[in-house]
Amino acid sequence: MKELKQKLSKTFGKKNVNEAYGELTLVINSDDVLEVCQRLKDEFKFEILIDLCGIDYLTYGESDWNGNASSSGFGRARQVQKSTNQKDQRFGVVYHLLSVSSNQRLRVKALLATDNLMIQSVTKIWNCADWFEREAFDLFGILFENHNDLRRILTDYGFVGHPLRKDFPMIGEVEMRYDEELQRVVYEPVSIEPNVNVPRVIRK
Amino acid sequence: MSEMKNYTLNFGPQHPAAHGVLRLILELDGEVVERADPHIGLLHRGTEKLAESKPYNQSIGYMDRLDYVSMMCNEHAYVMSIEKMLGLKVPERAEYIRVMFDEITRIMNHLMWIGTHALDVGAMSVFLYAFRERETLIDCYEAVSGSRMHATYYRPGGVYRDLPDTMPQYLDSKLRSEEKLKEINENRQGSLLDFIEDFANKFPASIKQYSDLLTDNRIWKQRLVNIAVVSPERAMQLGFTGAMLRGSGVEWDIRKSEPYSVYDQLDFEIPVGVTGDCYDRYLVRMEEMRQSTHLINQCVAWLKANPGPVMSDDHKVTPPKREDMKDDMESLIHHFKLFTEGYCLPEGETYTAVEAPKGEFGVYLVSDGANKPYRVKIRAPGFAHLAAMDEMSKGHMLSDVVTIIGSQDIVFGEVDR
Repeated sequence: MKELKQKLSKTFGKKNVNEAYGELTLVINSDDVLEVCQRLKDEFKFEILIDLCGIDYLTYGESDWNGNASSSGFGRARQVQKSTNQKDQRFGVVYHLLSVSSNQRLRVKALLATDNLMIQSVTKIWNCADWFEREAFDLFGILFENHNDLRRILTDYGFVGHPLRKDFPMIGEVEMRYDEELQRVVYEPVSIEPNVNVPRVIRK
Repeated sequence: MSEMKNYTLNFGPQHPAAHGVLRLILELDGEVVERADPHIGLLHRGTEKLAESKPYNQSIGYMDRLDYVSMMCNEHAYVMSIEKMLGLKVPERAEYIRVMFDEITRIMNHLMWIGTHALDVGAMSVFLYAFRERETLIDCYEAVSGSRMHATYYRPGGVYRDLPDTMPQYLDSKLRSEEKLKEINENRQGSLLDFIEDFANKFPASIKQYSDLLTDNRIWKQRLVNIAVVSPERAMQLGFTGAMLRGSGVEWDIRKSEPYSVYDQLDFEIPVGVTGDCYDRYLVRMEEMRQSTHLINQCVAWLKANPGPVMSDDHKVTPPKREDMKDDMESLIHHFKLFTEGYCLPEGETYTAVEAPKGEFGVYLVSDGANKPYRVKIRAPGFAHLAAMDEMSKGHMLSDVVTIIGSQDIVFGEVDR
């Protein structure tokens, strides 16, 4: 792994390569994704794209007990708090690569500008990225340029919103029931209330 | 005569051969598949979102429900990722118990697979035999965790409790004679380990039975040989892992290449296919069951010889003993903290993968230092396999689609998450 780290540092810059828990992470600029991935596949022999996923950094590092808890007591923990974070790079795309020939793994991370959620699709390099990118689009609203078939994949037909974004409520936006009179399924705003049993705390 | 055009067929979601809730839109030219478009997500429960809102330990149960025929392997990946970030040491006995149950789970999964696969392709009896043996393994789950399927047995720091010394027995009933009762209770006289050992001794004969029914069966071969051939290059390009990749001839098994737990101290081999068709994948999985039996035997022998703790004694993460809490202030505090707030992971991210029966099951865990995960991404092997459905079924007959679904060993709990 040391060798790989050195080689990566040499090719992509030392500050972009991090090591933690015995895993390597390569941070790249979202515009270079095609070029970097192609090189990783050809030169570094990462034949398999194990996983591709989106991530939303909106509430990163925020806990439920930041403010003056005693003034509002337990109810505070039960309310969903609106994040005040303003981030230039809110979303990221994370690629997990595997090299069968050299038994190495690598994580590649590209952060996206909040006002432009576009990134080049890697389906041409690894064909299996197809569904993974559809999933990231579905759950986070990240758009993959030059993807042939960017439809929703996991959520319902006609679903509105991107459920894994941090500002999408846990309980969802709509609920569904069968209406006897209309003789069809109707969607209505959710009637349940959000409930947090264990507040989120950060202890260092 | 009017010209025949391609037509579209909706396969599933309530089709017995769809293995759950797969909806396939098939474009057919006569009986030949031109295009297959799987629609998934009918079993989407938002596991990743739910896990973000709960302390780490409360999500272990969700892992069982992902791939609901290989429960403990999923738990293993999740628990290992937490241990990796905490730097937590797991007692050796717990590691052996985990490996033993991983392999029991693998056999359980493959028995389910062989049963349903054979049933789909037209061999009824294998299903009945496979589920007979599977019942014994489910009894092992029940004996150790109290639950037949969703065990929640692995915990960060070890396993929930040590293996029981006695097995539950069948009770007297009007419906069965005394001799019958004695017969079915015969292997339940000793501890769980004796019970498992007895199973491992008998199981090779059962595998031979399935093999006799299928391997040289003419119909079975007609339905499987040369169906959905995937070359090693394509298999890697399509993100295959596990038996699907090995069936195509790529020798890759995480248990060997990146050994976790105590796999590096155990002796086993990885079977590899040659042609990459459904028949090879069948042979690979059959051999995997034999290897798993061998692994179970080794684990049973080790566990019988080496008693010891099964849970780490770092009580920031694992609950303290109930009796200690009675007169030890610190234990009481630990217990209270652990069950009200949980524990915090250091800031960082990790990807941990295990060789689940279906392929590489991975957990990508991002923590911002809180008592709940910031992001949990579950890498399900079936997701990548099902994505290849279009390519694998192209040019084959409609009936072969059923064979391919069976051969991929799809379970929707993990595909849809």
